[in-house]
Amino acid sequence: MAVKLGVPSKGRLMDKTFDWFASRGITLTRTGSEREYAGAVSGIADVDLVLLSAGEIPRELAAGRIHLGVTGSDLVREKVPAWDGAVMELEPLGFGHADLVLAVPSCWVDVDTVSDLDAAAAGFRATHGFRLRIATKYHRLIREFLRREGVADYQLVDSQGATEGTVKNLTAEAIADITSTGETLRANHLKVLSDGLVHRSEATLFKARRATWTNEDRATLASLAARLETAAE
Amino acid sequence: MNQTDALAQAEAARALRDRFVAAGAVPVEPDILMPAEMLIELYGEDIRARAYTCADPLRGELMLRPDFTVGVAQHHLAKGQGPSRYAYAGPVFRQQEADPDRPSEYQQAGVEILDGTDPADAEADVFAAMAEATAPLGLRAAIGDIGLLTAAISGLTASDVRKAALTRHLWRPRRFRALLDRFAGRKSPPAARTRLLETLETDGDPFSDAGPQIGLRSREEITARLSRLQADAAEPPIPDREVALLEQLLALRDTAPAAGEQLRDLAVDLPAILPAVSKFTARLDALTARGVDPGTLEFEGSYGRTTLEYYDGFVFGLSAPSRPDLPSVVTGGRYDALTRVLGGGAPCRAVGAAVRVHIGSEVARTRGVQWP
Repeated sequence: MAVKLGVPSKGRLMDKTFDWFASRGITLTRTGSEREYAGAVSGIADVDLVLLSAGEIPRELAAGRIHLGVTGSDLVREKVPAWDGAVMELEPLGFGHADLVLAVPSCWVDVDTVSDLDAAAAGFRATHGFRLRIATKYHRLIREFLRREGVADYQLVDSQGATEGTVKNLTAEAIADITSTGETLRANHLKVLSDGLVHRSEATLFKARRATWTNEDRATLASLAARLETAAE
Repeated sequence: MNQTDALAQAEAARALRDRFVAAGAVPVEPDILMPAEMLIELYGEDIRARAYTCADPLRGELMLRPDFTVGVAQHHLAKGQGPSRYAYAGPVFRQQEADPDRPSEYQQAGVEILDGTDPADAEADVFAAMAEATAPLGLRAAIGDIGLLTAAISGLTASDVRKAALTRHLWRPRRFRALLDRFAGRKSPPAARTRLLETLETDGDPFSDAGPQIGLRSREEITARLSRLQADAAEPPIPDREVALLEQLLALRDTAPAAGEQLRDLAVDLPAILPAVSKFTARLDALTARGVDPGTLEFEGSYGRTTLEYYDGFVFGLSAPSRPDLPSVVTGGRYDALTRVLGGGAPCRAVGAAVRVHIGSEVARTRGVQWP
């Protein structure tokens, strides 16, 4: 049995992951036709490449169907309940940076902090008769953040894309989404709360705690870890 | 769960209900599927992390009942009858993400009294019924009173806006603490707030860099809050002495009669809690009349602040001292506000409690006793 390494199957995330391993002497390549999701690994023995959608890697890691996987730290926290019991962070990869933030309309000049958002939510509910709506696709992360912060009188509405447009379209009052430069937020007349950083995400190499790790697999992981450390020196 | 256990738990729950019915309660069988929207309205977004949601093409989003209280209260309000007491038994459903070892489906049996004639007696009645039903388990009782806390807040030297903010966050201790520190002048406001207030003070336009007005929250709502912020900044801090009294109340822990003494002492400096203290005393008398020794009850000033979010008066729990690893076997309390919301604003006094049958069975096994 070989160690199964799950890597995003396309796009910048795949290219950067390939580069990251390559600079550590491990070559990952896609094999077969352009459309076939098959891959090969050279430079280290007993590692199989599994190409997956980045969004599915957290689930595969949690189930232990792959031993190692590269995906955004935000996706693992969002998709895996009690994530740190299911997977372990081995190495941040230094790319794929994005911040999950809470943002409100810039015209809300009275709202700068999460505490202000909470006060605005209380007033909004009293005035409009329903809870202030926050559009997001990161339900777990946002709910946990707002519970920790003690925010009340809000509800989450699902938004799988174009989330920044929901306020203008009157389907939400505030949003929680990933941003790297903040440009899309500004273009949609939104501002980030000064203490509204929910998670700083980065592409990360994860280890699956629930996968079956044979002695050979552990040896493979140790030699991989040694390679990563050498690179770090 | 294996079949033998599942059958035993269901039978135990029904046996408990029959006992409550024999004591005069009417049996009810609330729906398992409930409209998600209503539960979210009552409990907030957190309920999504605790209840199972399912989709119905015609009825929209539904939830598997996370407890019986709402279903029973709804049944009562729909019938529009006078004072009633109900008993129920059956499964409830909870997601257990944080603690996968806890069952996500388990049996509850309980009593709800919707009767405003004699609130103290209704509370004592529910408590006594639960104590009697779990007597073989050797449980210890903890009691609290959210009404004392709201009364204490109402007596602070502070504007109604500040009092409302504190009361709203009674169930979120961290935010409550932050607000109290801010209102007591122990923590200065964030820099952005100070700048904003300066702009308003000097007749500057706070909206100069605000961009276009978007979304449902109107310019009027924003300016109204700006006025509130100005008023808040002009308000003197809540005196240290009053904050200390509130903290004393929150930290109070003693047997119920001794706590009663201390509450009366506190009321000398905090007269706003006097009516709540009288209710507390009346409740202890009612418990005595129903054969419960108040000396066996442990009062905790903060009891019910973190887990029992919809209770707004008397709260209690019965748990096994020998099994601190287990949650309470029984929890209950007064939930007038919840029935008021359900009933569209019409006042309705309600108190109830539920037995977690599987926890009770576990305690019975540990003690080697037959139960129920």
